[in-house]
Amino acid sequence: MTTMHPDESAARRLAGLANGELPTYPVPPGTGDGSLVDDPAVRAPLVLNNRSFHDITEIVCGYAEKPPGKWWLPLFGLSFTIAQIGTLFILYLIITGIGAWGMNNQVDWAWDITNFVFWIGIGHAGTLISAILCLLKQKWRTAVNRSAEAMTIFAVICAATFPGIHIGRQWMAWFLLPIPNANAIWPNFKSPLLWDVFAVSTYGTVSFLFWYMGMIPDFATLRDRADLRLRRNLEGPRVLPFLALRTDTVRAYVYGFLAMGWRFSSRHWHRYEVAYLVLAGISTPLVLSVHSIVSFDFATSILPGWHTTIFPPYFVAGAIFGGFAMVLLLLIPARELFPNMKDLITLRHIENMAKIILATGMIVGFAYSMEFFIAWYSGNQYESFLFTHVRARGPYAWAYWTMIFCNVVTPQVFWIRFCRQSPLIVFIVSIFVTIGMWFERFVIIVTSLHRAFLPAEWSMFWPTAVDIGIFVGSCGIFLTLFLLFLRFLPVFAMAEVKAVLPQASPHHHPDGGHGHGKDGH
Amino acid sequence: MAKQRKVYVTESGENVYGVIAEFATPADVYHAAEKVRDAGYSQWDVYAPFPIHGIDEAMGVKRTKLPLYCALIGLTGAGLGFLMQYWMSGVDYQLVVQGKPYGPWEPFVPITFELGILFTAFSTLICMLAMNGLPRHNHPLLKKDRFLAVSDDTLAICIESTDDKFDPDQTRAMLERLGGRNIDLVEGD
Repeated sequence: MTTMHPDESAARRLAGLANGELPTYPVPPGTGDGSLVDDPAVRAPLVLNNRSFHDITEIVCGYAEKPPGKWWLPLFGLSFTIAQIGTLFILYLIITGIGAWGMNNQVDWAWDITNFVFWIGIGHAGTLISAILCLLKQKWRTAVNRSAEAMTIFAVICAATFPGIHIGRQWMAWFLLPIPNANAIWPNFKSPLLWDVFAVSTYGTVSFLFWYMGMIPDFATLRDRADLRLRRNLEGPRVLPFLALRTDTVRAYVYGFLAMGWRFSSRHWHRYEVAYLVLAGISTPLVLSVHSIVSFDFATSILPGWHTTIFPPYFVAGAIFGGFAMVLLLLIPARELFPNMKDLITLRHIENMAKIILATGMIVGFAYSMEFFIAWYSGNQYESFLFTHVRARGPYAWAYWTMIFCNVVTPQVFWIRFCRQSPLIVFIVSIFVTIGMWFERFVIIVTSLHRAFLPAEWSMFWPTAVDIGIFVGSCGIFLTLFLLFLRFLPVFAMAEVKAVLPQASPHHHPDGGHGHGKDGH
Repeated sequence: MAKQRKVYVTESGENVYGVIAEFATPADVYHAAEKVRDAGYSQWDVYAPFPIHGIDEAMGVKRTKLPLYCALIGLTGAGLGFLMQYWMSGVDYQLVVQGKPYGPWEPFVPITFELGILFTAFSTLICMLAMNGLPRHNHPLLKKDRFLAVSDDTLAICIESTDDKFDPDQTRAMLERLGGRNIDLVEGD
């Protein structure tokens, strides 16, 4: 029930719990927070502290309904300010022209495309968690999929900004689309840059639909709670002190509109689950195609260091690698800052993601060494010159070795169990991985361009304040959107989390008491 | 000719939408659903805050044709995507790019694929909502305060009055026998 049972408040008082505080249960020794069960015969709990269905609703809806902690507003203000400064730099760039960036005739792609590939890569973790792990029936994904999908959409928004502004005459961006124009010509469908337009816009749209469909039942829960409070006419806060409009009225209408009238019918759930599987099924090849197509931007050119067949799988692995690091960068602080979030995002979740980072980091490391091998094995003098003299030893060698250290060396600590299970260490490694993945794109793009075939073309790239301002601004846009998501939307897929609780199984027979399962499940 | 269905009206003059009963656990509602199905009802539903595993079989719900529609629409999207590219660069305005043929299929693969995915994704969401009769914001069930707890932790079965076998007293008695609690009439519609 959504209201507190009369007995419940008495029970809370006797147990010494504050209003709204949830009880905790003893944890078996040697299992961390209770989720790190090593015994293969025991199924590790996905949600800790024997949470009931009602607890899940209270915890998750609480994030959207109650005022957030004192940290939220300053952090939001800071990231919003950074986003605005970035937007002003973009405006300056559009007014001045892309000469405001540090690019030149030789290095004609630099931070713009680096940032584009960086952000679009980060987006891949969300779809991987929501689609591929769904098809693989990895139930632990239910706790992280909603926030990872949100992160995907915000990363795609940041990514799409960069090609949009780097085209030079931004007011002609619509020439990218197959729309009849004054020149009576169509876009060039044989160009990977146009494939990119379709791939990224499809990816953004499908990710959004997937995210939205997942939220429909949770919007309905938020709608029903607001509606019940209104029907009971409980005193509630108002939108603004002088306005006779209650926050719950706004919630009931907005969440209600988004919920599409969902009423939790099992006949609806049946079609919903099938539709979810279809979306997961099509998102899996989609996510693999997007970064492959991004890599075609480089691989179909004839530039040394770009013209390689390893690029599509190497880019996809790198995208998943960097994306999981970003998921961890966002969720490890979030679970510290939000009450009871540690019951839903357990140490096992962090450990699983650390394992994925280790695995994809090894793939990326393998790709780096394979590039050297092919440069030698192909016998192509330009290719081998690039790797031996330019990337590893040239003027940007510091960027190359930063990339190697961050992407190949630091994730190796995850071979040690203690490091995988320590949120602090995982957080620090994630910072390194994020930096390393940005440098990977920088190294690929700039080192290949700054030493082209003729020494007369050799040049250097140094960023200007506009380069830096727009990149930092994109981080501000990303964080602003994520903070708004944490504040106003269902941060966890409540229906999915409830469905993986032990008591949700129709074959589970409780000893008694509503909803609570036996110990050891 | 469709059979004239009997309309039940409450004392206050409202139409009866159905009879609703709450159940304590997913196991209870699962077993109750099997019995309701075996009793021959067709216009009824189980309401749960999450999809209960295997409830489709317990209710006798046939597998939806949704993937078929999505596949058809997706293939249409892919076909249109290919034709668009072929017509634009191979027919309407032939453009020489790197001395390659005007309308080869190979470079059209990525965009054909992406448009197939895009159409499938839209059709999935739209078909799911349309086949479920959504959006519909004014359902009789949503007017009941107790029903709104389904979105939190309550499990319920509602047998609708449009069912041929529906009888206010007998249906109610059956739900009571199956372990239903807080049995109530739903008014409206």
